[in-house]
Amino acid sequence: MSDVGFGVEALRRGMSRRELTNLLIGSGMSAAAAGTFAISASIAHAQTPRRGGRIKVAHSQSSTAETLDPARAMNSSDNVRLFMFYNGLTRFNEELSTELDLAEEITPSQRATIWNIKLRRDVRFHDGTPLTSADVVYSLRRHKDPAVGSGGRSLVTAIEEITATGPREVRIILSGPNYELPAILSIWHFLVVKDGATDFRTANGTGPYECQEFQPGGRTIAMRNSEYFRPGKPYLDEIEFFGITDESARVNALLAGNVQLINSVSQRSARRIVTAPNLSLFETKCGAYQDLVIRLDQAPGSNPDFVLAVKHLFNREQIARAVYRNFATVANDQPIGPTSPFYDPGLPQRPFDLDKAAFHLQRSGFGNQTFPIVISPAARNSEEIALLLQQSGREIGLNFQLQRVPAEGYWWNYYMKRPIFFSSVPPKATPDIAFTTFFQSRAPWNESAWRNERFDALLLEARAEADTGKRGQVYREMQSLIHDGSGVCIPVFASYLDAHDSDLKGLLPIAVGGMMADSFAEHVWLDQ
Amino acid sequence: MNALLVRLLVSRIAIAILTLLFVSVAVFLGTEMLPGDVAQAVYGQNATPDAVEGLRRALHLDQPAYLRYLLWLGRLLTGDPGNSLVNNLPIAELVATRLPNSLMLASVTIVVCVPMSLILGISSAIWQDSLYDRTVSLATMSLVSVPELVIATLAVIMFAVNLRWFPALSYSAGLLSLNQIFQLFALPVFTLSCVLIAQIMRTTRAAVIDCLRSSYVETAVLKGARPMRIVLNHAVPNAIGPIANAVALSVSHLLGGAVIVETIFNFPGLGRLLVDAVATRDMPLIQACVIIYCAAYLFLVALADIAGMLSNPRLRH
Repeated sequence: MSDVGFGVEALRRGMSRRELTNLLIGSGMSAAAAGTFAISASIAHAQTPRRGGRIKVAHSQSSTAETLDPARAMNSSDNVRLFMFYNGLTRFNEELSTELDLAEEITPSQRATIWNIKLRRDVRFHDGTPLTSADVVYSLRRHKDPAVGSGGRSLVTAIEEITATGPREVRIILSGPNYELPAILSIWHFLVVKDGATDFRTANGTGPYECQEFQPGGRTIAMRNSEYFRPGKPYLDEIEFFGITDESARVNALLAGNVQLINSVSQRSARRIVTAPNLSLFETKCGAYQDLVIRLDQAPGSNPDFVLAVKHLFNREQIARAVYRNFATVANDQPIGPTSPFYDPGLPQRPFDLDKAAFHLQRSGFGNQTFPIVISPAARNSEEIALLLQQSGREIGLNFQLQRVPAEGYWWNYYMKRPIFFSSVPPKATPDIAFTTFFQSRAPWNESAWRNERFDALLLEARAEADTGKRGQVYREMQSLIHDGSGVCIPVFASYLDAHDSDLKGLLPIAVGGMMADSFAEHVWLDQ
Repeated sequence: MNALLVRLLVSRIAIAILTLLFVSVAVFLGTEMLPGDVAQAVYGQNATPDAVEGLRRALHLDQPAYLRYLLWLGRLLTGDPGNSLVNNLPIAELVATRLPNSLMLASVTIVVCVPMSLILGISSAIWQDSLYDRTVSLATMSLVSVPELVIATLAVIMFAVNLRWFPALSYSAGLLSLNQIFQLFALPVFTLSCVLIAQIMRTTRAAVIDCLRSSYVETAVLKGARPMRIVLNHAVPNAIGPIANAVALSVSHLLGGAVIVETIFNFPGLGRLLVDAVATRDMPLIQACVIIYCAAYLFLVALADIAGMLSNPRLRH
């Protein structure tokens, strides 16, 4: 089969442009040729989107704590709403790169410590007022105010000054160089609200949909914004969005045809979806992981040999197969997954090796002892992974005792407080964000209390590096530092599984979360 | 008789207020004892010490517990149940969107359940120990022993997924036609009925059998009254007290305790609101839900007592 024939076949199976490009490069086609082919093919593959129609979407989360305030948004259900009603200055696309959204131009100067941002001129809020620099300044500044209670507060500490330099110009001054600022600005916390907005019972944004109804813990009705600045978008007239927390109820609602899109399908339910005639499974491979964490600041993790012993006890293929039913890829004890352009495939894969594990265990002096591992439904699949670990531990005389604790209060009472526990980490848009929030010595979620001066220095060095290739090199060294020294054991990267009515088109995986990283609303259409 | 009713009402109201006050203290203490507070619950995995501290201060959680309770009580006495701690919306508004739904679900269920269970209960009592009686008992007891979750899920798989007779979700806003109400409520009401019919039917059966064994029924039999007349005119009126109590308990269960059904059918009722409120430690919202639940319970039980009194000539005069 010729390259092109093979490619078209792959496209028919619903392969994304990015996957196809990788495939073609892998099969020997030059990168440029593959890129051109993939783009032309993706136009042929992507049927013309159809305007109109309404869909119902059910999400796995539901709570009265739901909010339309980007600063206070805490979970992906909030984010879906936010991406319907607001835009950021930048956003992530399915190529895993940052593209401009409300900004027309973002230019760094002085080694990326000063950023000049120019806004689009054709953008209006839902109340009809035009987007100005005052709105952007307000939307970014409010995160610094502790009274706002913003979840993005730690991300804005490096921003020293935000000023309007013209009606459509904004200048951001950072305390140090950071070429990753455009990526940081794509995070949902930094979506742009109207200057002075404090009442978030409804949303006045610039986004593709207008908020017609919003009840926390109830439903949200989004109506098409006919004034949206991207011509022709969005495609749907209306989206009704609500939560169904029970997984089987959610899947049943889809099977019964009462909703058209659901998220968080369990690996077990995937077969029910695949065998249904009119439904499709939507898998997003990404860098999400459920990790076992060994605190390095207390026994037994303070002994590096103990940590190495445990890291060799994971039968990663078996975990991917048995726990995740192959909706996962093997990971290598570092957080940057194969979907990231900065992933280091050269880092030797840590094998499942009982001999090595036994060797390190003996050196650590902790042989034939029993250690508790905290597991909880709050960290998904922690029980299944822990059971497999317990089995392989027994073979070398390392006993784990599983302590099951309820999901309620897990993050406050056990997470990062016990010597060995489980965590669940959503994918991060860039290595910088992942390292800054989870691995830097001073990171708020430095789960294993790992301290490495070289790593901290490299993090700053990477931010100041304009050249992506050189930054990639720094990131590769950082990956190997985590792989070797951190107490975070990452056995596999788990895929997000969504499911939808086959008539719902336009879904392309964006590798930072399910449902197109929560931003499906702008991109999907109904084909009937 | 009127004086008796008034005296009963006044004492009931006084007891109700004391009960509600006691319940609100108990709920407050219970919420305080739960691990974690609103700030921690809201942030979850994303909690950092300074974010939690900031939110706590913003919500006045740094004040001593008794002071927070008194502040809440003071506001409530002026008629203001306050705002939700997690989303800052007025509690009255949150409850107002849910309470009518719960009332609707409860009334539809009662309209279906009560006649059915009365017919089943009375007929089983008449034909006590017959094959019919044993079949009805076995069927209702089996249904009441299956958890609501299982019945609801099976009903959805059978009637919504495979047969597509009814929707799997029961939420729709706005005015509904009779046919729409039937469509939307069919599965949740079926699920709830499985539990309620058994309860009311068993009580009815026992109460009527009790009356049928009494001396006045024996007298009626001896004087040659027809069986229908014996049951409807002599036995059932005397069984109204216990039956009314069983119905009242069932209705109050429907108002706040139908959480599982509300979750599976995505029905926005009071039960889910309460569970959400507990999960986020939203004290004013928990209090509001519990007080409504408790007040409804007291009201319904009082109503049942009055019905029992009115049906009993000895108490009536």
